[in-house]
Amino acid sequence: MSFANADAALRPRLSGVPGRVGSVALRLSVLVALIVAWQVMTSIADDAVRWPTFTAVAGRLWEIWIANPDAWVESLLPSMARLLVGWGIAMVVGISLGTLIGLSRGARESVDPIIQFLRAIPPPTLLVLFIVLLGIGDSMKVAMIVFGVVWPIVINTADGVGSVEPLQRETGRAFRIGFVDELVRIILPSAAPKIFAGLRVSLSIAVILMVISELYAATDGVGFELVQAQRNFRSLDVWATIVLLGIIGYTLNLTLAAVEGHVLRWHRGATRTGG
Amino acid sequence: MASLSRPVLGRRSTRILRGSIGAGAFFILAELVTRAELVNPTYLPPASSVLGTTASIIVDDGFLDGVRGTLTAWAIGMAIAIVIAVPLGVILGSSWRSFLAATTAIEFLRPIPSVALIPLAILLIGRGLEMRVVLIAYASLWPILFNTIYGIRDVDPLAKETARAFGFSRTAILRKVSLRWALPFIYTGVRISAAIALILAISTELIAGGGPGIGTWMLEHSETGVPRELLFAAIVVAGLIGLLINSAMGIGERRFFSWHQRVRGSA
Repeated sequence: MSFANADAALRPRLSGVPGRVGSVALRLSVLVALIVAWQVMTSIADDAVRWPTFTAVAGRLWEIWIANPDAWVESLLPSMARLLVGWGIAMVVGISLGTLIGLSRGARESVDPIIQFLRAIPPPTLLVLFIVLLGIGDSMKVAMIVFGVVWPIVINTADGVGSVEPLQRETGRAFRIGFVDELVRIILPSAAPKIFAGLRVSLSIAVILMVISELYAATDGVGFELVQAQRNFRSLDVWATIVLLGIIGYTLNLTLAAVEGHVLRWHRGATRTGG
Repeated sequence: MASLSRPVLGRRSTRILRGSIGAGAFFILAELVTRAELVNPTYLPPASSVLGTTASIIVDDGFLDGVRGTLTAWAIGMAIAIVIAVPLGVILGSSWRSFLAATTAIEFLRPIPSVALIPLAILLIGRGLEMRVVLIAYASLWPILFNTIYGIRDVDPLAKETARAFGFSRTAILRKVSLRWALPFIYTGVRISAAIALILAISTELIAGGGPGIGTWMLEHSETGVPRELLFAAIVVAGLIGLLINSAMGIGERRFFSWHQRVRGSA
């Protein structure tokens, strides 16, 4: 299921892998090639309204978003606040609930059907209901993000907590450490890789839900600006805002990956010597 | 030790029993909370009346039209995504350079939240089924493509060499060795995409309209005065559809690809 695992598992088999410098150079050239291809194809198409060139979009992105402090305060800030508050609440609730469920097999099996069902609900259907119940304000958007992204965290945490080596827990108990110590020092650290996998999935869903809730019903935010641009046929602004959302998504993924790498540093060492 | 005592029931039946008790307890709890009217019942209707409404809308023609509309867009979009992503993934996964190039390109394109493309698609394509299908296909493309590329990269070079030594042609090796090995990966990609495609199918209905759908039906029933049970019931049905798709694909995965886990495990 997880790409990262598949990647690690198949690495030893691959041969003829370019070195680190070579692969960075290749990656950069791919990026440049994509941009050049965009520029050339749109220049040939010569339809600036529908298919603007890369330079036009980049210029517009700079103008209306990056070099525009008002847009940061009025649009970017509310969007990011909704996203991070919603995801943060889901993280706290998801890890707590997941730990509680994961500690006992009976609990895991009892709540499994309900959680699978709740997870399967397509979040956009909740949008209509939450607007009716909560209006179109921030609470509706945060509630939708929380409800839409909490399940992958719950499931992954429960899974991680449930698969802690019994020997590790028993060793801890033999040393008579308290439950809190056991939780903080043994259970959560060994469940951490799975918890992070859940957090990664939920972060990308959170971005989607932030955008759709703002597209559908909002008075500010990046999604609101996007739909305004579309309604007024400002297609260049639509393109620029989509690129901005791509940059936001990319930055968030990168940040989480960096945090994960930092937190799980010990883990790689521990599993290497253990395995 | 609990684990040493002989279980009265088999593992499987214990799991099913516990699951049913859990689901039953959840329903009773929901019923008690809603009946106690801790929350205004016009907002949060009783669980039992939501269940009753669910039973009545799944035989309602208008609602079934919506379900059909959503699932049609979902299926067409998924089919297009598979037809494009699998051959592309096979090509991109066939050499290290194209693999790195492709994963780099995907890395930059994938963070763009697919729903953000809805306004652009409205400008470029319009608001019909075509626009919905394009967006569903676009969003479902990435997991399938990614998994196909990884699956093709995962093929044991020794297996390909062996096949070559036995005089298999290139297409035969591709079909009988590479694709066969990559198939479980591709399947996983399709399974991930199935859920994403459903999100897109309903999102496009809400933002752009474009024919009957579960989302469209919910919008039509969201005015004041319409019983709230209808919205809750539609969500229950949408959840059941998602659950059904996911479980069916999970069963398929275990049934067709259990060999894969065994072979990989022993390697």
